[in-house]
Parts: sequence; C-alpha cells; structure tokens
Amino acid sequence: MVVNAEGIPIRTTLDNSTTVQYAGLLHQLTMKAKSTVRDIDPQNDLTFLRIRSKKHEIMVAPDKEYLLIAIQNPCE
Amino acid sequence: MHRTLQITAGSVILKDNLPVNQVNSCFEADPEAVTALPRHLRLTSNQDLGPEVPPEDVLGAYCHPEIYPLVLTNKTQEIFNCRIDEDVTDEQPYKLIRKEDIFSDFENRAAVSDFYPVKKIIQEYPGDELLLVYDKDFKYGLNFYLIGTEEGKENYLNPPEVPEEQEECKEHIPEDTYIYKPPISKPWVSLGSEKEIEEESVKKSTKEITYMISRKRSEFGAPVKFSDQNASSVKDAYIECTAYPDKNFTLKQLERDVGMQVVPKIKDTSTQTRWTYPKNATTQYYPREFSEEEKEALGQSKTLTEFLNNVSISVEIALQQNEIMNTFINDWKSLAEEEGTFGDKTDTHLKEYQSFTDLHNLTEKMITCVSWHPFIYGLIAVSVAVRLSFEERVHFSGKLLLQPSLILFWSFSDPIQPQLMLESPDDIFCFQFCPSDPNIIAGGCINGQIVMWDITAHADRIENIKAGGSRSKNVTLKPMFLLEPETNTEAMYIRHCAVSSIENGHRKAITDIHWLPDTFEINRLGSVFENRSGISCQLVTCSADCTICFWDIRPQKALTPQPPTEKKKEESIEVPFDVPSTFLHLNLSWKPLSKIRLSKGETTLDHCPTKLSLSEGSLLYKAQDKMLAQSKAMKAGEMNPYQNLEGGLGNHLKPIDDFCTKFFVGTEEGEVIYTDWKMERDPETGRFMTKKPLSLYTVHDGGVHTVQRSPFYKDIILTVGGWNVAIWKEGIMTGPLLQSSCAPKRYTSGHWSLTRPGVFYIGREDGYIDIWDLLEKTHEPAQSQNICITMITYIKPWTFSAKQQFIAIADYYGTLHILEIPWTLSHPSTNEVSSISHYFEREVKHLEYVEQRKKIREEEKKEMEMEKKKVETYQKSKEQLEAKLKMDYESYLELEKNILINLGLIKVEETMSNMEMI
Repeated sequence: MVVNAEGIPIRTTLDNSTTVQYAGLLHQLTMKAKSTVRDIDPQNDLTFLRIRSKKHEIMVAPDKEYLLIAIQNPCE
Repeated sequence: MHRTLQITAGSVILKDNLPVNQVNSCFEADPEAVTALPRHLRLTSNQDLGPEVPPEDVLGAYCHPEIYPLVLTNKTQEIFNCRIDEDVTDEQPYKLIRKEDIFSDFENRAAVSDFYPVKKIIQEYPGDELLLVYDKDFKYGLNFYLIGTEEGKENYLNPPEVPEEQEECKEHIPEDTYIYKPPISKPWVSLGSEKEIEEESVKKSTKEITYMISRKRSEFGAPVKFSDQNASSVKDAYIECTAYPDKNFTLKQLERDVGMQVVPKIKDTSTQTRWTYPKNATTQYYPREFSEEEKEALGQSKTLTEFLNNVSISVEIALQQNEIMNTFINDWKSLAEEEGTFGDKTDTHLKEYQSFTDLHNLTEKMITCVSWHPFIYGLIAVSVAVRLSFEERVHFSGKLLLQPSLILFWSFSDPIQPQLMLESPDDIFCFQFCPSDPNIIAGGCINGQIVMWDITAHADRIENIKAGGSRSKNVTLKPMFLLEPETNTEAMYIRHCAVSSIENGHRKAITDIHWLPDTFEINRLGSVFENRSGISCQLVTCSADCTICFWDIRPQKALTPQPPTEKKKEESIEVPFDVPSTFLHLNLSWKPLSKIRLSKGETTLDHCPTKLSLSEGSLLYKAQDKMLAQSKAMKAGEMNPYQNLEGGLGNHLKPIDDFCTKFFVGTEEGEVIYTDWKMERDPETGRFMTKKPLSLYTVHDGGVHTVQRSPFYKDIILTVGGWNVAIWKEGIMTGPLLQSSCAPKRYTSGHWSLTRPGVFYIGREDGYIDIWDLLEKTHEPAQSQNICITMITYIKPWTFSAKQQFIAIADYYGTLHILEIPWTLSHPSTNEVSSISHYFEREVKHLEYVEQRKKIREEEKKEMEMEKKKVETYQKSKEQLEAKLKMDYESYLELEKNILINLGLIKVEETMSNMEMI
C-alpha cells in the first residue's frame, strides 16, 4: 500500500480497516527508525525497513513524501 | 668513739656509744657543781665532745667500778682536811677518811653533803676508813674520787709495783674479774669514707644570686598603669624558639587508610496538586482518510510516480531475496534433530511385551481381527474364530453351535482372564469400534450378519482396570481341562444387542466392515449429505457375495408399510433382560441402506471384495477426537446420542458437493479396483445403477487382504496380497507407484506404521514380520523378525504415547502378541514426511515416464520394422573377405619396412632376407 507522509493511505490492495491500521502503525515506526539512524550519524538516512515476523515479512520503503509498504509471505 | 653528754636540768648524763652492758653513769649534780665542771666538759647544746677528753682516763673510770668520782666543795674539803694543795698534794693525793666523819657530815649537812651520792656505798663499806683520792688530772671526770672497796683501797695504797702488778693483774684479771678496758683512741685512718661523705653531702653548687630591686619610695603603693605592647616591636622583649623542620623527624606518609562511602544523592521534593474528583473521560477517534477524489488526484501526481519508480527497485530486490532463500533458518537446530535419533537406542527389533491366549476355550481358534480400544490404555479386543475350513465347519456344525463365538477384551494388567467377552451368533471375521462411541461395536459375521454390541453398561468395568492383584489371588493356573467357563465370574459374557436381517443382508461371510466418519452421510442413492447428528451412524460392509452394503443404524422410516402381523411377530421375540435396548429397532430387521454389486460387466462372475478403503477414511483415533466426540455429544444435550437415534432423521440435510465418492476395493482374485459408490442413472434402463469401476489392476497373486490408506497421505494406499505389496496413489490410473517383487513367503497381513510415513509392517505365513522402510530400501524389507511359528493373521499397531508404541500381532493359533516398537521405528526423522512425499512424486513421474517410454518404444519398434524392410543387406562371401585381409596385411608389412629403413635400424641386405622369410 502507498501511504503519504502523514500516514494516510493513498492506494492499497488490502481491506480498509487493515490498511488504516498498518498505515498508522508503520508510519510511526518508520519515523522513529529514521530519527534513530539520523541521531547516530547525521549524514546517514533510512533507505529500507524490513520487519520479519513468524507469519510474514513487512517491507517499508520510505521517501520524502510517501511510504510504500509491502507484506510478503516468505516461502518457508 | 663518740660520747654524748646530755645535760638536762639538774643532771648530767654521760653517754657513751658503747654496748649496752656498759654502765652508764648518771649522777646528779647541783647547779653549782655544774659550773665547776671543767671547761672541756662544759657543753653547749648538742655539741659533740671533741677528742680533748683523754679517752684513757675516761676509760679508766669505767674499768674500775669501785671508783666513784666525787666533787668536793671547798667547804667539804675544809671539813675533811683534804683541801687541795694543802692536805692533798701530788705526793700524797689520797686521804683516808673515817666513815664516822662522813656520817656526821651527813647528819650535819644532809643532802648538801658532797658525799650524798655515794651514801649508800659508804654505808655498805665494810671498812672504817675510805680512801679519797684527789684526781688532779680528772681521770675519772671529777676532782676527787672515792674508792668503794677495801681491795681497791689496798691496791691504791700499794701502787709502786703497779706496772708489774698491773701485768700480774692483767694475767689475773681474766681469771677473776673482767676489768673494763676503755677503748684507746687511735689516730683516724681514712678508709675512704670522707669521700663518701663529701659526695653525699649537699652543697650548694650554684652561686646564689641576689637581686636588689629598688624603687622610689614615692612610688610605693601608687596605682599601676598597664598598657599593651607588641612583643616584636620592642627589642629583646621576647625570645622565641622558632620551629624548623628537622629532617630527622619528618615522616613521609606512604600509606593511608581511608574509608569511603558512596551515598546516593537523595533529594526530597514535594509538590502539591489539587485533587479534584475522578471523572471518566473517553475519546473517540477515526482515522484520517482521503476521499476518493483526493486519492485519485494524488495518484496522478508526478511526485508519486517518481517515488514509486525510485522505491520499487529496492522492494523488488527484497521480495526476490525472500523467495530465493530463507535467511533466518537455524541450521543448528535442524542438524540436531537428526543426530538425536541416531545416538539413541539403536535397537531396531520389536520387543516382546506381552502375549494373550485364551486358555478357557478348548477348541483351536485363530484370531481373525484385532482392534485396540480407542482411548483406554492397554485394552485390546480380539475376535476369534474356529480354525476350520468350510467343509469341516459343516461337519462339526453341531458341536460348533454349543460353543459361543466371542470377541475377547484383553487388558495388559491381566494376561490370563479376558476382561469382557462379547457373544455373537457365529464367528466374527471383522469388527470395529464405533468412532463416536467406543462402547458400540459392530462386527461382521461369517454368516453374513452384522452384529451390534453395546457395552455402555460395562464401560466402567473396563475403564477401571488395574493390575488385578486382588482379583487373581485365588485364581491359580489350573490346567485347561479343569477350568470351567461357568465358574469364571470375572469375565462376563455380553450378548449382542442387534443383528441384521438375514434375508436382506449379505449372503456370505462379511469380509470387511467400516464405520463411516461422522462428517457425512449417505442416502439411498449414494449421494453424500452433511451429517448433523455428530455421530457415526452408518456402516459399510463388503462380503464374499460380491456386494458392498451401506447400513444405517438409525431406525428407518418404513418406506413400505409393513403388514402388522409381521410387526407383531418381531415384537414378540423375546429379548434377554440384560441386553440394552439401543438397537432393538434394528434387531433382525435391519436392512442395508444401499447395495452395490461389483459386477464384472457382461459376465456373471462378480468381484469378491475382501477389503475396502474409503476416502476420508482416516478412521484412526487420537485423544483429541474423543474429546471432540464427547463435546459434540454434550452439545446435543444428551448423554448418549445412541440412545435416541430417531431424533436425527427428521432433519433436512445439506448435500455435500464435490465429495469424492470413490473408493478402493481389493478382491479375492488379487485385483485392486477403484470405483464409485454413487449411483448413476443408467441411460438405457432408467434405473439407478452402480458405475463401472474406474480402474482395475491385477497386481497380486492371491487374495488381497489389506487395502489401507496411509495415515499421513490421503491418497496413498497400501495393498497387500499374495506374495507382494503394492502402493497406489489415488488419481493415478496407470498403475501402482511401487510394486514389490515376489517374496519367498506369502504375505498374510499388513499395516502402515502410525508414526513413520515410510514404514509399513507385513506379516508372513511363516510367522515372520517384514518391516519395510521406503527410505532405506524399496526392493525388499529393511528388517525381518520372527514373532511366532505360525501364520500371522492380523497386525495392528497403536500409539499410546510418544515413548510407547505397541504392535499387536495375531497369529493362526489364537495367540495375540503385543510387541513394543523401538525408537527408531516409531520416531520419524526430520522431513521424513516431505521425503516420502517426494519419493511418491518421483514414482508418479517415473510412471509417467514409463508410459511415455512405452509410447516411444512402440514408435521405435515401428520404425525399426520399417527400416528392416527397406535396407537390403549385402552379404560378402567368405573368400573375398580373406583376400581382403591378406592384402591389408601385406600393405602393413611394407609400411613397417619403410619406417625401419628410414630409422636406419635395418640394413638393406637384411631387409632382403626378411622378404625371403615372408
């Protein structure tokens, strides 16, 4: 799904409630991750965020204005 | 020698420091006399006597005790005419005085008389005249002395021979008297004591300084004025002794004991808040969302497209990575599991645990079917049948009627007594516990009847079986012929509660019976419906009369009205009182729901099914199923749904579509048939008919006695019969996946392993059990173990726990052996399921390949035959061949010669000889 800078989903392939939930939570997490990376090294920046859980893997690609979130089931 | 002279008032004491026994003379003297004392005797206070007194005289006075010194005054001298220098001179210092004169003096002058001190002596004087001697030299201390004794007087008067007399006196004196010799003073010899005295004496060492301070008289008593003054300002006002660091006394401290304590900084602060009453507050929110138009607008924007372009690459890479490999796999863990099984017990043999034989019955029996109780540990049911062929049965039929045919319940705790004995009208060849309620048992009889038992009444008996210590105390092992079955009060005979109708059921022995699972139902036409009652209520049987029947245990709504007379007849059948009435409605009137005849097509010979296997046929019990069954029963609100079977009929059932109604059948001839039970409408006759079998294979050389689905795969079936084994996959019509070669001995029973997907057990007719492991060897059994001496009739493994797995093996002689399956055979290795499934897939592909190869081969064969016809074979004659060979040889020799000449090894002359030799 594609989410804007404030966490409001723009385009999605999932149902509405799930989308809204994912967008809100992941947006905050991405901001936190970004600030963490910047704090450690101001020259650095977050390019990709991957969260692997038991059931699936969540991939977040941040940008200046938007956020692309993909959820995948790993083959195993 | 010191002498002290003490002068007290009126007395003079002359003391001497002589030993005590010396006489100290003490005499009185009047004051006048005191002044008369010679100067040297006049003492001032405490003045020592100097050495002026001649010690000899003093001594002399004391050596002569009769001498009494006297002081005579002038008056006394006149009286007695002893005036000094007149009467008493140096030539004649003595004077004799008459005693009477003294006495008269006494009378005259009393105490004043000078003779008064010696009055007593004068009175005691024996003589008349006393000698008074003038002591000019004061030998005896005073100017006159009186001699107190006559002897002394005579001694004095006769003095000229004094020295000689004295010497003689000296010699005589020690004999007679002790004469006091006064100490003679010698000159003082210094022995060093004066030095001591000097040392000891205290003398003033310091010179005494005297200060004389004077002041003006006018200033005496004037008031004093005090003022301050700085000490340093005035010169010499003070003397100071400044301290200076002395190197001898400075110590450098090298070590110091210091204690430290860390104390947390504690700060107490307090605040005061205003506490108002608690109030519930809620918030409600909804997420911000874009409206559809906004979304579309955004979707079209350039920024979004750019973003997507930039980002999609990385996301794709990540996605692909995940697809390729799981990076988070824990390799160690997967390794460890495999190691564990190897390291453990390497014993792969089945261990004998227990064996049961019925000792009561006299006839020789064989075990036809074995079934473990679904959830009671250690309870196994065995159906026994007589070991007689058909002819013999007929022959002995009378005798056989007397003996009951039984299903025995054995428990691990009691190897001698069976716990329960179910009675049946005839020998049972197969039976099954009902999956929903293990107290219901359905068995197929040799005469074609289905027999039902209900042992709910005795359920508690078998559930609480413990090691029969108390029971078997009195029971001793008696020989078989002594034991009578009637005295056996422990195991009870339980009569069957229903049998199927004889006319409408099977004609021949029932070879297999199965309960349909409680998930679906079948109606008369074979259509599958949903099963709402939650219990297994239908059975399927197949028998030697070439039919397969479906039965329903619920009371049927009579389709055709039965004549009331027949009903009455049936009702009048007496039922023994101890038989539960669960299936009373079925008793003797039970008809099958539908019948399927396995016909071979045009011929009248039909297939004789021996075993069936239905899809969804995993009728194996696990503990969870029991719980599910119980919960389902509770939901229905009844304790035992089997008591009230009528209730389930009235429901409208939903048909289940897409249900696989096909099943496998094994036959007596060794065929494996895959057919459908659903009836179809025959287009010609309009009746419902069974479909033709979808596939038929004659694989086995003998009757198929095992058709079983694998507990792990729904579509893998094992068939055992004759001398070989086959594994089939449902859906593959081309043939078995695996077909083993002929074994040396006939296979008589078989079963899949319950826990390992690639293992199955085959029993042989010589009492051996072959354990096949598809992962190890596929052409022969992995292991073979001897169990008993006779044919194995039935194998049934069962799992009680992860550690305990048993296999029940029944043999032809009626003994049931229970063996324990070792670890290696009971525990699957990791990925065994997937390995076996891969194996089967490979086999499927192999079959396909074989099929293809067959086709290719056929084509090739055709081509070969074509080529043969086309190509003419040219046969060379024999002589021509020889000539050709010779020419080849000669050309070779020439070649050899040329090479050797070129090399220079052979001379030309020799070559000539070589040619001749040839």
